[in-house]
Amino acid sequence: MKEETVIKVEGLTKVFGDFTAVNKISFHVRKGEIFGFLGANGAGKTTAMKMLIGISAPSSGSANVAGFDVYTQTEDIKKSIGYMSQKFALYDDLTVKENIRFFGGIYGLSKNRISQKSNLLIEELGLEKVAHSLVGSLPLGWKQKIAFSVSLLHDPKIVFLDEPTGGVDPITRRQFWEMIYKAANNGTTIFVTTHYMDEAEYCDRVSIMVDGNIEALDTPKNLKTHFGSDSMNDVFLKLARS
Amino acid sequence: MRVILYIINKEFRQIFRNKGMLPIIFILPLLQLVILSNAATYEINNISFGYVDNDHTHTSRALIDKFRASTFFDVSQVFPHPKESDLAMLQGEVDVVLTIPEHFERDLWKDKNIDLGVTINAIDGAAAGVENVYITQIIKTFNKNLSVDMVQLSNNTVRPVLIEGIPLFWYNKTLNYKTFMVPGILVLLVTMITLFLSGMNIVREKEIGTLEQINVTPIKKHHFIIGKLFPFWVIGMGLLTIGLVLAKLIFATPMLGSLALMYFYTSIYILVILGMGLFISNFTDTQQQAMFIAWFFVVIFILMSGLFTPIESMPKWAQFLTEFNPIKYFVEIMRMVMLKGSGLTDILPQLVKTTLYAVIMNAMAVWSYKKIS
Amino acid sequence: MKRFIGFVQKEFYHIFRDRRSLFILFGMPVAQIMLFGFAITNEINNVDIAILDRSQDASTKEIISKISSSEYFSILQHIKEEAEIEEVFKKGKVKAVLYFEKEFSKKLIKQHTAKVQIVTDATDPNVANTISNYINSILSNYQEEQNRAITLDYQIVPQSRMVFNAELKSVYMFVPGVMTVILMLVSAMMTSISITREKELGTMEILLVSPLNPFQVIIGKVFPYIFLSIINAAAIVILSIFVFHVPVNGSLFLLGLESVLFIVTSLALGILISTISATQQTAMMISLMGLMLPVILLSGFIFPISSMPVPLQVISNIVPAKWFIIIVKGIMLKGVGISIVWKETLVLLGMTLLFIGLSVRKYKIRLE
Repeated sequence: MKEETVIKVEGLTKVFGDFTAVNKISFHVRKGEIFGFLGANGAGKTTAMKMLIGISAPSSGSANVAGFDVYTQTEDIKKSIGYMSQKFALYDDLTVKENIRFFGGIYGLSKNRISQKSNLLIEELGLEKVAHSLVGSLPLGWKQKIAFSVSLLHDPKIVFLDEPTGGVDPITRRQFWEMIYKAANNGTTIFVTTHYMDEAEYCDRVSIMVDGNIEALDTPKNLKTHFGSDSMNDVFLKLARS
Repeated sequence: MRVILYIINKEFRQIFRNKGMLPIIFILPLLQLVILSNAATYEINNISFGYVDNDHTHTSRALIDKFRASTFFDVSQVFPHPKESDLAMLQGEVDVVLTIPEHFERDLWKDKNIDLGVTINAIDGAAAGVENVYITQIIKTFNKNLSVDMVQLSNNTVRPVLIEGIPLFWYNKTLNYKTFMVPGILVLLVTMITLFLSGMNIVREKEIGTLEQINVTPIKKHHFIIGKLFPFWVIGMGLLTIGLVLAKLIFATPMLGSLALMYFYTSIYILVILGMGLFISNFTDTQQQAMFIAWFFVVIFILMSGLFTPIESMPKWAQFLTEFNPIKYFVEIMRMVMLKGSGLTDILPQLVKTTLYAVIMNAMAVWSYKKIS
Repeated sequence: MKRFIGFVQKEFYHIFRDRRSLFILFGMPVAQIMLFGFAITNEINNVDIAILDRSQDASTKEIISKISSSEYFSILQHIKEEAEIEEVFKKGKVKAVLYFEKEFSKKLIKQHTAKVQIVTDATDPNVANTISNYINSILSNYQEEQNRAITLDYQIVPQSRMVFNAELKSVYMFVPGVMTVILMLVSAMMTSISITREKELGTMEILLVSPLNPFQVIIGKVFPYIFLSIINAAAIVILSIFVFHVPVNGSLFLLGLESVLFIVTSLALGILISTISATQQTAMMISLMGLMLPVILLSGFIFPISSMPVPLQVISNIVPAKWFIIIVKGIMLKGVGISIVWKETLVLLGMTLLFIGLSVRKYKIRLE
C-alpha cells in the first residue's frame, strides 16, 4: 500500500539578514502520522513551522502542504490545516463558547455545525460548568486543551502544534497526548514541536534540528539504536553536543 | 460575507466586556463636549485694567469712568505709582495699564492735544490688537464729548462726511461662539475616539499573540479589515448622534441643512479615520508606538483644522498641508451644512475629496495587513 | 543602590534599542513645534472677500482699492446681485461681502452720509468679528481723509505701548503653549503606558518580587523618561530661540529647572494613571482622551482664560499645563525671576506631590 504524503519539504531555507535560521531542510510527512519536530530553543523549529503554515515566506527551497504550494497557495493551505501556537492564542476576554463560535465562524463553518461542534467539544472536555466563563479565568492546562480542540474545529487534514504542552503539569500533558492520539486515529496528521524528550517517544517519527539543519530523522526506536542510547533524551544530548 | 459577521460580533463583545473602557468611550467625550465647549471663546472681555492717576482732576476721573462703564474692561486696580503697575503687569495681574500724567487736565486745555500712555500686555498679540481697538474707541468717544462739553461745538460750517459701515453677521447674528465650537469639538472627540480605538486594535492582537492565530486561518484580508472597522464605525456614529442631541438640547445648536446629508458625510468621514487607525495599527509593532503616531497626527489635525485658528492666515505651504487634514473637511462641512444650510452641490468638492481619502486609507489598511511575513 | 542603577540601565537599553519608538519620541515633538510655530496664528490675513458694488463710482473704487491693497484681504470676486451673497457663502470660500449702496458718491456729497454693508459669514464668529473691525477701520480712515479739514478741538491721543511682544507675533503666544502640550502629553502617556505594559505582560510581578522595593521599580521605570523629556524640552527651547526668535528674557537656568519640574509633574500624573488602569489600552485612552482637549482648551494655550465663564476659570486651576504656561511666558517673554513665579511653581510642586502621594496609596492598597 502506497502511503499518502501530506507534507513534502525540499531544501527549504529561511534567511534573516545574514543569519540563516533554517538551512535547506528536507523531509516528508505521511498521512495520519504523528511527526515530532524536535530541537533546542533557537534551532529554527518555529521558523520552519511558520513557513509550512503560510505565515512566513520561505527564502528558497520548496514545500508542499496538504497538496498546496507554500509560495503561491498559502490561503488554500490554511483551509486544510489547524494551528496552535506556543503563545496561548485564544481570546482571554471571550468565553469558551464565544471563542469556539468565533473561530468556527472565520473558518466558514455553518451555524448548525458550529453549535454541534461546540457542544461536542465541551462535553468531551467536561467543560459544561465553565462554558460561559472567560477563557482568561481558566487554568493554563484547560486553556491548552481548548485551544487544541479549537484548532480541530474545521476538521483539518494536518494540525501543527508549536510546543503545546509548555508549562503544564504531567497529568494534563498525559491527557493532552491522549487527545493527540485520538485525532491521529481519526486520520489527522499531527506535526508537533516539543522539547520534552519523553513526548518524543510518543511520536511515530521524529526529526531533530540543530542550528537550522535537520541532523536526524527516524522512528524513536531506530534513532535510539543508531546512537546506542536507551532514551531520546540521550539521543538529543549527543546530537546537540556534537 | 458571514465571516465578517463573526468578527463584528467578537469585536463588540470585547468592547462591551471591558468595563474600564466603557466610561472612557461613552461618558468622557460627552462630558468634555458639554464642559469644554464653553472654554473655546475668543471673545475678549473682562480685560483686567489698571491705572495710575497722577492728575486727580475731573477730566482724569471722567476718562477712567468711561473705562469702568465699558463691559470689556474690569477696572479693579489702582496703582499709586508706575512701579506698582509694572510689577502687577509682570505678575500677570493686569493686562492693560493707563497712565495719566501730572497736569493732564491743565495741559489738555493749554495744548489742546495731549498724549496718554497705555501699556498693553501683548504676549497674546491678537488679543492685544483687539484691546487696543477698544481703548482707542473709548478715547475717541471721550474726545468728541470733550469738544462738545467744553466748546459747544466749534464754528465749523462744513459738515463732516460719514461712511456708515453696517456690520451684518450672517448665520450667527449674535456672534455666539458656542454655535461654532460645539459641533467642532464634537467632531474632534469623535475623531479621537475612533482613531485611538482602531489604532490600538490590531497591534494589540499582535502583542497578545492572537493575530498569529487569525493569520493561519483562511480569512480574507478585506473581510478581516471590514469586520474590525464596522464596530468602531457604529460607535463613532452613535457618539455623534448623542453628541448632536446634547448640542441641540443644551446649546441649542442650529441645524439649518439636511440632517441626512450630515449623516451621509459623517459615515464616510469616519471611514477615513478608521482606515487611518487600522493602517497605523498594521504598521506598528507595539500599542505604544501606535498611540504615539496616532497622537502625533491628532494634535496636528486638531491644531490645523481651522477650528481654533483660521486656515487662511497660515503660510501657503501650511495651507497646502491642510488639504490632507480630514478634520479640516469635517469642520468646513459642519459649518456649511449645520449653520448655513448648504446642500449637496455646495459640499460636493469636500465630499469627493473625503470619499477619495476614505478609499485610499482603507485600501492602505487592507494592503498593510500582512498575513505573511 | 547598585541594583537600582542596574535596573535603570536595563530601562535605558529597552528604550534605546527600540529605534522606531526613539525616532517617534524625538522626531515628533520637533516636527510639531516646527509646523505649529510657522503655521498656527490667530492673526487674520489673506481673507477672501467679495464685492457687491451698486455704484461703481469714484468713492467706491477708491475704497475698494484701499481694501485690496491691505494685507488682510484679497478680493476673490465681484458679484452683481444680492441673492449671490448666499450662494458664495454656501460655497464657503468667501468670508465677507462688501455691499455698497446705489449712488454712493452722490449721497456722500449731497447727504454727507452713505452706507456700506459689511456682510460676514459668522459661522466662525472670531473671523467674522475681526474682518468686520478691520473693514470698519479702513472705512473710517478713508472718512478721516475726506474730513481732513475738520478736526476736533481737543484731543487725547492714546500712545499704546505693546509690552513683551512689540510686534504682536503669534509665535510668542503659541511656542510656550505648544511646548507645554507636547511635554505634558508625551510624558504622561509614556509613563502610564510603559508601566501598564509591564503589568499586562506580567513582568511587573517579576519586578515586584525582586529585591528592589516597589518605589525603586517605579522610579527606575520613570527615570529614563525624565531624561528623554528633558532632551525634548531642550530641543523645543533651542528651536524657539533660533528658528522663531522667541527671546528668553529671564534666566535660562530657571526655565530649565521649571521645565524639569513640569516634566516630573506630568510623569507623576502618568504614574497615577497607570495605577488606575489595568491595560495599556485603558491607560492610553485616559491619558489621550482625558488630557488632550483639556490641556489644549483650558490652559490658556489658545483661548484666554479670563474670557471663560467663571466655573471654567475655576476648573482651569486643576490643569497643570495652565500654571506651566504662565511660568514659561513669564520667564521667556516678561523676563521675570522666581520672585514673581514662585506661586505657580509651588502649585506645580504641590500637584506633583499629590499625584505621587495618591499613586503610593493606590499601590499600597494593591500590595496588601
